Amino acid sequence: MRISIPVLVAAAFVLAACSSTGDNSGDTGSTGQSTSSGNTQVATAPAGPKPGSQMDLTINVGDRVLFAFDSSSLSAESRTTIERWAAWLKTYPANSVIIEGHTDERGTREYNLALGERRADSARDYLVSLGVNTNRVKVVSFGKERPAIAGSNENAWGQNRRAALVLAK
Amino acid sequence: MNFELKRPRLFSAVLAALAITVLISAPVRAEITVDITKGNVEPLPIAVPDFVAGGEAARRFSADIASVVAADLERSGLFKPIDKRAFIAQPDGLAVTPRFNNWKPLNAQALVVGEIGIEPNGALRVSFRLWDVFSEDQMTGLSLTTTQANWRRVAHIIADTIYERVTGEVGYFDTRIVYIAESGPPEKRIKRLSIMDQDGANHRFLTDGQTLVLTPRFSPAQQEITYLAYFNNQPRVYLFNIDTGEQELLGDFPGMTFAPRFSPDGNSVVMSFAENGNSDIYAMDLRTRRVRQLTNSASIDTGPSYAPDGRQVVFESDRGGSQQLYVMGSDGSGQKRISFGDGRYATPVWSPRGDLIAFTKIFRGDFHIGIMRPDGSGERLLTRGFLVEGPTWAPNGRVLMYFRQERSDERGRGGTPRLFSIDLTGFNEREIGTPVGGSDPAWSPGPLKQ
Repeated sequence: MRISIPVLVAAAFVLAACSSTGDNSGDTGSTGQSTSSGNTQVATAPAGPKPGSQMDLTINVGDRVLFAFDSSSLSAESRTTIERWAAWLKTYPANSVIIEGHTDERGTREYNLALGERRADSARDYLVSLGVNTNRVKVVSFGKERPAIAGSNENAWGQNRRAALVLAK
Repeated sequence: MNFELKRPRLFSAVLAALAITVLISAPVRAEITVDITKGNVEPLPIAVPDFVAGGEAARRFSADIASVVAADLERSGLFKPIDKRAFIAQPDGLAVTPRFNNWKPLNAQALVVGEIGIEPNGALRVSFRLWDVFSEDQMTGLSLTTTQANWRRVAHIIADTIYERVTGEVGYFDTRIVYIAESGPPEKRIKRLSIMDQDGANHRFLTDGQTLVLTPRFSPAQQEITYLAYFNNQPRVYLFNIDTGEQELLGDFPGMTFAPRFSPDGNSVVMSFAENGNSDIYAMDLRTRRVRQLTNSASIDTGPSYAPDGRQVVFESDRGGSQQLYVMGSDGSGQKRISFGDGRYATPVWSPRGDLIAFTKIFRGDFHIGIMRPDGSGERLLTRGFLVEGPTWAPNGRVLMYFRQERSDERGRGGTPRLFSIDLTGFNEREIGTPVGGSDPAWSPGPLKQ
């Protein structure tokens, strides 16, 4: 039995937010600010994600880069994000990561598996070119099998065409 | 005496579990035929009354076997079973010639008369004759002996025999489907390897849904499935033994392997291997475990499918800038593009008859299931939708199964995939009912050989 670190951190985060406000807004993923109506109270408990954690990566660094339809080219914005990944990995030399490649639902299954691999690889190549040791970076493609967002619309498809950085356990 | 039952392979193979005898009668000169090469034929009216039970123990199969036979024939789109409530009288049994005047007023062109008995050892014996009502001739007949648990297969074999006698094509009712059962929201979809009879009966989940599984394909012997599974989040091609549930990793590739398919002789599996953003096609000899690289281009080469003679492989590649279909020798030689229409072509699969290749086509925002000749000529699109994908051939090369998915809303509702079949002519599109959603169907290469 093993509970992954990101889940534990997230759970602690929610508890802290609840105890400081007594009014769980349901927005547990963002900042930890508490603004319960009436009695104003500044929450001091949640200091933010544990440095070097998946939550840290997701919130403070940005854990994903997006792609155009049927493309694995990195945009300028994606390169900036990956440069932050490289800096983060230099700060936490014990961390290893997995880059997950994903596609939208507008392609066939096998091709999308290959396209997801191409995207993950494109992100890895740039990350490694920035000096991150290739042994610390694995890639895996999920094709169209694990969308970030449900729905058959342009917004969802745009969010789902992604490479996401995940802390290896 | 000629009953045109050209099924010696089936006969000898099923003999162990199933004894079959051709019923002798007068020479055949019946003229009922259905030409299934034309689209949208008028279905043939056929009467399938309950089989006559010889004894109390046989009675519980009377209606069940008749309805499975009738349902098979009806789903083919080529037969129209007549409502039982219209019947004037029940048949008296196999020994006597039917009273055709009871069936002519219903306009029944064909009549199935069956008999069921239970042997002293508990075996189930089912016999039937197919009659041409207007010429009053017997067209075919069979007697089958098997275990009682096998009663559905008996019904399917009878339906296959009728289909074959009337259409001249081999039947496909005594077959099975492997597919991926899908449940849960799109972001956390649970996928289970599943198997069922061609009509949805005898459904079984083969995996528990803990591991993502995709694209199952039957081996020719049908005891094994090759498929993609994400054990430990590493997508790799596996062999799965249906009887034992045992899994075996295929090959020692340093990255993702996917899109597997057996060779027609069952001795090889052809698949894609992805490395450094590039996917190429490899064949593994299952006897020596030796791997041979068939394509080597800086592009996505995937979806390989053997021709029935095993000498050629059709696959998809985006080497020319977009997904298109290519054919090569099974050693990788002579790679040649065959699709030149507008749009993207994917998931090619060679017909078991060798005459056609079915594919998925993405064109102007829609998905289509289509067919073309192996040289790329004669393209025809059979159906389209928001997403239709992954055709698989019935073993007689006349019917295709695929999956269809509609648009989902922002909560993922409405996007559950479902299985459909369609005739080669583009008619008779039918949903195949499954307990939950279904995708990636693969038709068994023929009747189970035991």
